[in-house]
Amino acid sequence: MEMNLDLGLEAVDRITEEQLKKNVLFTTLEDVLAWARSNSTWPLTFGLACCAIEMMATSGSHFDADRFGIFFRNSPRQADVMIVSGTVTKKMAPLLRRLYDQMAEPRWVIAMGSCATAGGPYVRSYSVVKGVDQIVPVDVYIPGCPPSPVALIYGFQKLRAKIRYEARARKRVMAHGG
Amino acid sequence: MADEQFMTRLVAALRQAFGETVVLEAQVNPSMYGAPLLYVQTERIADVARYLRDEPSLRLDFLNDLHGIDFPDRMEVFYFLQSHQHGHFVALKVRVDRENPHVPTITGIYPAADWQERETYDHFGIIFDGHPNLRRILLPDDWVGHPLRKDYVPHDEGV
Amino acid sequence: MIRTEELVLNVGPQHPSTHGVFRLLVKIDGETIVEATPIIGYLHRGTEKLAEDLTYTQIIPYTDRMDYLSAMIGNYSLVHAVETLMGLEIPERAEYLRVIVMELNRIASHLVWFGTYLLDLGALTPFLYAFREREKILQLFAEISGARLTYSYMRVGGVKWDVPDDGWIGRVERFVDEFQRALEEFHTFVTGNEIVQARLKGVGRYDRETAVAYGLTGVNLRSTGVPYDVRKAKPYSIYDRFDFEVPVRTEGDLWARYLLRMEEMEQSRRIVKQAVKQFPSGGEIMARLPKLIRPPAGEVYVSVEMPRGEQGVYVYSEGKPHPYRLHFRRASFINLQILPKLLVGENIANMVAILGSIDIVLGEVDA
Repeated sequence: MEMNLDLGLEAVDRITEEQLKKNVLFTTLEDVLAWARSNSTWPLTFGLACCAIEMMATSGSHFDADRFGIFFRNSPRQADVMIVSGTVTKKMAPLLRRLYDQMAEPRWVIAMGSCATAGGPYVRSYSVVKGVDQIVPVDVYIPGCPPSPVALIYGFQKLRAKIRYEARARKRVMAHGG
Repeated sequence: MADEQFMTRLVAALRQAFGETVVLEAQVNPSMYGAPLLYVQTERIADVARYLRDEPSLRLDFLNDLHGIDFPDRMEVFYFLQSHQHGHFVALKVRVDRENPHVPTITGIYPAADWQERETYDHFGIIFDGHPNLRRILLPDDWVGHPLRKDYVPHDEGV
Repeated sequence: MIRTEELVLNVGPQHPSTHGVFRLLVKIDGETIVEATPIIGYLHRGTEKLAEDLTYTQIIPYTDRMDYLSAMIGNYSLVHAVETLMGLEIPERAEYLRVIVMELNRIASHLVWFGTYLLDLGALTPFLYAFREREKILQLFAEISGARLTYSYMRVGGVKWDVPDDGWIGRVERFVDEFQRALEEFHTFVTGNEIVQARLKGVGRYDRETAVAYGLTGVNLRSTGVPYDVRKAKPYSIYDRFDFEVPVRTEGDLWARYLLRMEEMEQSRRIVKQAVKQFPSGGEIMARLPKLIRPPAGEVYVSVEMPRGEQGVYVYSEGKPHPYRLHFRRASFINLQILPKLLVGENIANMVAILGSIDIVLGEVDA
């Protein structure tokens, strides 16, 4: 923000100009968009397993996720973030992908817990997908079995930082190149 | 002692109703609340279940559990019956051929058996003859193999 | 009656009121359901197969993740089976700790049911009140076991951790005293509400014969007048030392099941209160056991009362450190079978209320 920039406002008097200088910011449209998006990450109500209960607790009265702009939506069309909260089975995988495809861009994915990250305790099971990143690109991984609400909120902070960074850097940051 | 007597009476009643060969083995299992564990002739399981449910002195009207077990030479289906009225229990087992696994269904007698038989079919491939809707229940319809068999080899390498 | 074109409606697996990845195909004629087909298995994780390669202690964490709302009781169901097979004596202090955490967990589980059920019925605020109370229980669990949801607290022969020596028992006592007021608050806000009563009374009704034939257990059975509670019918642990009732009603509708679950929270509260009073001041928390547990060869089938009904555990042991076959009779899985029967002929608006009253946990349905 350039404070000594000439605003070219010859028509306004000095006092108004001082006031304007204090209140006008210069930035790029991308940064503003990213700032707005990062403060209203609306996740999809999509509980898979045990982690979903901690996800509910996060939006419950004690942890109150609403104060971070985390507001659960029931339809993928209205959601920005998909929290994969639990074990993804081979039966569920195609449906998870379809839900992801139904979400509008820009969209992000949080892999919550060790099952979604890499299969977790069920890694040797015949029916479990070993990590949701084989189906959808993942932005933030949260370890834990299940991660506590505090960890989920921390994951959201990381996602916000990432959204803003991506806007500044003008590129997507993905583990596997997105 | 009371458990032994209950078993003796039960086996005698079953043999009287269905012939000597219907009960193959019988023993009291103290780890199942002293329930008698009877090996029943596979073809007669539905008849035996109906008798146990309808006989007024038994009234085993609650099917608690039904599942399969795989052994190298055979498979077994385990039934645990219970009476809310009398508060007693009976465990039944049938032996099934591994290559040609067929058991008569008991869904007509206990509606509770419906999903449990489907689960057993899903896991072990045991075919319950006469089941109205014997399809896979937990695994996808196009799954290959029955995973709880001891010789199960996964069809896919895993995603 | 005017007939309209039939419509197939797909509900789930991603739906806010299916309580997880449950899918329901309903065929509706106007607003009346003519056919309902539940589709399950979206969370089938193969627990029973995995268990065949694990030692008994290693299986305990998997019982946490089946009915993840009542992990303590899930833990107990497995260790109870192994202990029955081995004929073990459990130290008294461990038995008291087990009862305290199990009954607290029952309250916590019913609180989740209460919150989400009212959410299903369209009331948002009870969820916030229920979770406020539940957080207090989770805090107590975190202090004793280190985890908020998946505790793995029990071991074959006892429990893993003794009470924290900074007055944990006193905090439990304070909680159960305060919780009475919270329950009264719930009754004032919700139970007396006319809209709730109008939506629940007389809906989703079945009779005693149907309930028994479908193998229902827990509240779903007790709402039809059968006083069957595993804690009384097949006594385990030290429940015979406490004075508590098994609440029973005869209406068999949603309202009966609502009231029974609310009453069960009060009964659990009473048990915890007595257990805290009787809690022994010292003693062991683990029986003397070898590191690697090898139960004798044999078969065992025992049950415990989960918040959702009877959980049976079948173990076929060959005398090795891992089971030859392990099977769980999951209450939700069997209770859910009655759903199509209840839905046919109902108004579509009642669908979610009926599903919620069966109270399922998908981790348990699919195992």
